[in-house]
Amino acid sequence: MRATVLAVLRRDLLLALRQRGDIANTVLFFFVVVAMVPLAVGPEPKTLRLIAPGMVWVAALLAAILSLPRLFAHDHADGTLEQLLLTGEPLAVIVLAKCAAHWLATGLPITLLAAVFGVVFDLGADVTGVLVATLLLGTPALSLLGAVGASLTLGLRGGGVLVALLVLPLCVPALIFGAGAIDAVAGGLSAQGHLLILGALSLGASVLAPWAIAAALRISLE
Amino acid sequence: MLDVINLECVRGERQLFAALGLRILPGTCLHVAGENGAGKTSLLRILVGLLEPTAGVVRWRGEDIRRLREEFWRELVYVGHTNGIKDDLTALENVRFAWALRGAHGAARLHEDDAGAALQALGLGGRASTPVRFLSQGQRRRVALARLLLAPAPPLWVLDEPFVALDARGVAVLSARIAQHIGAGGIVALTTHQEVPLPGPVQRLELAPVRAEAA
Repeated sequence: MRATVLAVLRRDLLLALRQRGDIANTVLFFFVVVAMVPLAVGPEPKTLRLIAPGMVWVAALLAAILSLPRLFAHDHADGTLEQLLLTGEPLAVIVLAKCAAHWLATGLPITLLAAVFGVVFDLGADVTGVLVATLLLGTPALSLLGAVGASLTLGLRGGGVLVALLVLPLCVPALIFGAGAIDAVAGGLSAQGHLLILGALSLGASVLAPWAIAAALRISLE
Repeated sequence: MLDVINLECVRGERQLFAALGLRILPGTCLHVAGENGAGKTSLLRILVGLLEPTAGVVRWRGEDIRRLREEFWRELVYVGHTNGIKDDLTALENVRFAWALRGAHGAARLHEDDAGAALQALGLGGRASTPVRFLSQGQRRRVALARLLLAPAPPLWVLDEPFVALDARGVAVLSARIAQHIGAGGIVALTTHQEVPLPGPVQRLELAPVRAEAA
């Protein structure tokens, strides 16, 4: 099983590297959305410091969703998804490897870029640290829940918008606890509780989401 | 041994076939024939478990494939309509990945040269490190079919139009490989519109547009 999982992970990362434009688009989108905020609400540092963490989280959510339709669509179109369905290993495990590759190619760059925004918006070391920690713990859940939406809308026309509509409500808990952790630290409290819940969300999603995705993929290929 | 019992398939309100029963013994080849839209691809997809039949069961060595699942897929190579290869990977990377998906069980690990040798045998030796997007249709088909040349081969092969886009030499290599597989006691189920001499004992199944009975 390990060999198969590693092969899928390696293949998807290799493909992400060969299609660098896709990653660049996601990260640039994230960057542009956050960079728009000062233009819209004015350059007052106090206001920006207040809303920046929330904005970063919303932008991360949108960027993650923007990259979702491609997660299974290419594999579906070129027939490799059929091959993935007909292997000797459980599909849920293969799907988990695909989600891990998706996170490494989108969630991780977004998390790293968020550290830059911490400096740009002068959030201070504490708040920036927590912001990065929340994204690090929360973005895996976004990838996994997003993959559920992507697998459910596979092969549908206009699937892209539908994915967003399906997935955004599911991501609300991650958003609340992600932004909540930052508020807590800014208010002088500990963010530990929020971070633990974020980690639990990602872990829970990594256990349950692959089964849902596997079932949805089998139905979509009928 | 693959058994098809009382199979019925309805696609979009149209009945493709019903009450279809057949048995494919080791060392034989099933040639599914019929017009476009007769249900050949649907039948093959049901045989491999990608498509749920409207009624009936498919049994592999006496057991329902829906219960066997991974155990059955381990013993299967399916080459579909689409090639199932990645445009951005090289021919060699595609073959290696196909091998890794087979789950390299036990001692059966891919020798470093096997993937290259498979491509060589199909006349792609010089293009092994070319990204597949730069290859022609026929060459892509060969990359997909290179899976069949990797040893040890799973016993059941299901091939949907394997000869499409292949040139005379490719057809010769492939039919020789199919003959070898059948000679070794394997099972091949395929569809083809080309007049290719199929080796060994061939069971021919003609799917008529409305209703079909097992040949």
